[in-house]
Amino acid sequence: MNATSVDEEFNPSVHVYEPHKVGLPALRPYFKALWQRREFAAEMSRTNIRAANTNTFFGQVWLVLNPLLLAAVYYLLVDIIAGGSSKIDAGERFAHMCGGLFAFYYFSGAMTAGAASVVGGGKLLMNQSFPRMLLPLSAVRTAFFRFLPTLVVYLVIHLAMRQPLHWAMLLAPAFLIMLTVFAAGMGMIFAALQVYFRDTTSFLPYFVRIWLYLSPVLWFAEQAPEKFKGFIQYNPLYPLIGGWADLLVRGDIPKWQMWAGGGFWAIVAFVIGSLFFMSREREFVVRL
Amino acid sequence: MSVSDTEKKPMQKSPSDIPAVKVQDVSITYRTTFERVPTFKSALVRFGRGERAVREVKAVQNVSFDVNHGTTIGIIGANGAGKSTLMRAVAGILPPTSGRIEVHGRVSTLLSLGVGFNAALSGKENVVLGGLAAGLSRKEIEARYEEIAEFAELGDFMEMPMRTYSSGMFSRLAFSVAVHMDPDILLIDEALSAGDASFKTKAAAKMSELVTNSRTMFLVSHAMSSVRELCNDCIWLHKGKLMMRGEPNEVIQAYTKFLQVGEAEAVSLEDL
Repeated sequence: MNATSVDEEFNPSVHVYEPHKVGLPALRPYFKALWQRREFAAEMSRTNIRAANTNTFFGQVWLVLNPLLLAAVYYLLVDIIAGGSSKIDAGERFAHMCGGLFAFYYFSGAMTAGAASVVGGGKLLMNQSFPRMLLPLSAVRTAFFRFLPTLVVYLVIHLAMRQPLHWAMLLAPAFLIMLTVFAAGMGMIFAALQVYFRDTTSFLPYFVRIWLYLSPVLWFAEQAPEKFKGFIQYNPLYPLIGGWADLLVRGDIPKWQMWAGGGFWAIVAFVIGSLFFMSREREFVVRL
Repeated sequence: MSVSDTEKKPMQKSPSDIPAVKVQDVSITYRTTFERVPTFKSALVRFGRGERAVREVKAVQNVSFDVNHGTTIGIIGANGAGKSTLMRAVAGILPPTSGRIEVHGRVSTLLSLGVGFNAALSGKENVVLGGLAAGLSRKEIEARYEEIAEFAELGDFMEMPMRTYSSGMFSRLAFSVAVHMDPDILLIDEALSAGDASFKTKAAAKMSELVTNSRTMFLVSHAMSSVRELCNDCIWLHKGKLMMRGEPNEVIQAYTKFLQVGEAEAVSLEDL
C-alpha cells in the first residue's frame, strides 16, 4: 500500500495516537486540520440553516419575521409600558433599540448555539475524529448568516424612522467583526463547560437576559444609570454594542476607548476560549 | 510490562513491510462520574465533601498487536469486551490512556452507535457532511456520491430527511458510505446485522471484494460465520484483555468453547 514510506513528518496518512497529557494538542497540525476541514463547518451550518425552518409555514421568512417581532415586543416594553416619556427623539430611540437588539440577539444566538454544539453533536463526535472546534465555529457561522437578513430589516426601520444616513455607518461592520470574534470565544468556553456541567444549558438563558439589561441596548451607551456608571464599561458588550450602535444609528465615530475595549475583549475571549476548548476537547468523547 | 501473555506473533509477517496498524500496549480507561449526567450541584456537593466521584472503567487493558496491510482481521468477544472502544481508538476518536497506536493509511469507520447522521437532513446532505468531516474534498465526494446512492438502493429517499428512514435504510446508507470512502483501513462494527437478506448478501459480496483488493479491514462481529468467511486473522478480546490471536477457526473455536463453559456454569448456578 501507499503508506510504506515512513516519514511521519511528511506523510499525512500516518497517524500516531498517544495518551495526551492534560494540555494543548500540537497547535500547528491542529490548525492545519482545522483549516482543511473548514468546508465541513461551512456545509454543516449551511444545511442547518436550510433544515431549520422546513417544518414551519413561513419557512425562511422567519429570518425576517423574528427581528420584526422582537422589535415589536421591546417597543411595547420600553416605549408604551414605560410611558413613552421622551417624545422628542422617539424615532432615534426606536432605531437605536432595534440596532442594539438585533446585534445582541446575534451575539447571544451565536454564543448559545456554540455552547450547545458539542453536547448536541453526540453521534458525530463518537464516530468521526476531527478538530472539535469546528462545531462551535460552525454554529457561529450559522448565526452570522441568519443575522444578515436582520441588517436589511434594520435599514428599513432606520429609513422609516427618518434617520439620516451617514458615511460613518460603513464603519459599523468593524464592531460586528469584533462582536463575532467575541461570540466565538464565549461559545467555545460555554461549549466546553457544558460537557462537564450540563446545568449550563438551563442557566445560560438567564445569564443572557441579565447581560441584555446590562448592555447599552435599551439605553444609549452614555445614558448608563448613575449607580452603574463606575463599572458598566467593564461589560465587554458595552464597547462592542455601544460602538456598533453609535456608528449605525447616529453615525458618531466612537472614542478610541470603545475601539480598544472592543478589540481587547474580542481577542481575550477568543484566545481563552480556544485554548480552553482545545485543551479539553479530547476528553469530550469520554464524557458524552 | 505487557500483561497479555497469550498474545501470539502475527501470522505471515513479510519483512520490510510496515504494518497498517500497530497497537502497542494500549490501555483505555474511561473515567466517568457516578451520576448518569454530571451536574454542577452534585459536583459542588462532592467538592464540599472532598470526594472525587470518578469511577474507572478499564475498557481495554494492555493490548498489543500488529495488523499488516491487506489483512482482514475479525475481532470477537462478548458484549463489553472493549471491541468498540478499541475500534474508536484506532480511528483516533478516543485517545488511549497509555500505550501507542500507529495507523498507516486513511481510516473509514462504520461504528455501531449510529453513524453521525443528522436526522433532520436528507440522506444526500448527510453523505456530503460525513465525507467532509472525514476530510474528503467536495469533488471527491461528488465523484463517489452516485456509487453510494446506487449501492444503498434508497432511490428517492436520498432526498428525504433521514428521520423518515427505517432503521434498515439507515444502516444500508451507513454501510454504503463507509465502503465507498475508499479507505486504506476500514473499521466495521457489527454492520452486517442490519439490512434485509438481499442487502446482507450484497454487503458481504462488497466486503469480500474489498478484501481481495487487499484492503485492511477490521470486522467486529458476533456473527461467527461472517468472521470465518471474510477474515484471515482473528483477535478475541475478553473484558478488555487480549485472549487469543490467530487463525479465525482456532480462535472462534476457543471462544465458543469458552462461552459454552461460561453458560454451563450459569445454568448450574440457576439449578441450585
